[in-house]
Amino acid sequence: MPGHFEPLPGGGAAVALDDVEISIIRSLAVQLLELIGPGPAEDTPDDPLAELFAEGPSEPPADPVLRRLFPDAYSDPEGAPGPKQAEEERAYSAEFRRYTENDLRAGKRENALAVIRSLDALDSGGKEAALLKLSPGESQQWLSALNDLRLAIGSRLEITDEDDSDLLYHLPDEDPRKPMVMAYLWLGGLQETLVSTLMP
Amino acid sequence: MGLVTSPAPLETERTESAEEVFAVPEPDVPWVTIVHNDPVNLMSYVTYVFQTYFGYSKDKATKLMLDVHHKGRAVVSSGSREEMERDVQAMHGYGLWATLQQDRK
Repeated sequence: MPGHFEPLPGGGAAVALDDVEISIIRSLAVQLLELIGPGPAEDTPDDPLAELFAEGPSEPPADPVLRRLFPDAYSDPEGAPGPKQAEEERAYSAEFRRYTENDLRAGKRENALAVIRSLDALDSGGKEAALLKLSPGESQQWLSALNDLRLAIGSRLEITDEDDSDLLYHLPDEDPRKPMVMAYLWLGGLQETLVSTLMP
Repeated sequence: MGLVTSPAPLETERTESAEEVFAVPEPDVPWVTIVHNDPVNLMSYVTYVFQTYFGYSKDKATKLMLDVHHKGRAVVSSGSREEMERDVQAMHGYGLWATLQQDRK
């Protein structure tokens, strides 16, 4: 799997992907889409206007991946707040979440959908690999989606500090996490090369 | 997206607690957006976000990214509470782990 993006003349980026690679990215993007879901507006009636004005949740998500994608805005991970300040931070975070989480979820869904759409439009023409060409706008959506995918996998693999990611390089082949780790590292290469095509 | 433009809350219980919370008067102390280190985000990506969203120079963006990486956190912007909420929301959109707080030194 070479898996690196190259800049296109005039803007945008391109990468060659074979069928296996396409199906890996697609399936991960679909899983992310399902996980992010329609979010908290679920109990609103089937009315787009009602959804538009629906407030988001005030509690952090239970799923660790979603908690990482939508963290509390007011709680300092290194802080040691007293009971009063902790209560205040919790209330502020809840308020922030109610007004932002739906929009954030929609944005992340849109990016994952853009990835799926561009993969579905690919045609390898019977060759071994298809050439995926992204416009500058699509590149940015891919970049965000690749990052969300890596955050999701990193969270599932419980990568919480730098040592954890070093360990992943040395997993024995029979480790059940190995395929997910390979995907994680491969997506990292894709993202790294895509960033370099976008660097201002 | 500021909280002040919110419609009148329907639940009275929430109204009371919200009023209590927002009554804290420290208007002159600026707020800051802090980005925290995490082992998943690529250094190049974090630099890219700082350049793209904040419009920082490559040098400044790189320095902030290195602060996040080595010190575990960096203040990436400061201003009013509404502005910082906007920045934090944008950082979450990019997948960076950000929080805001009042800059009590």
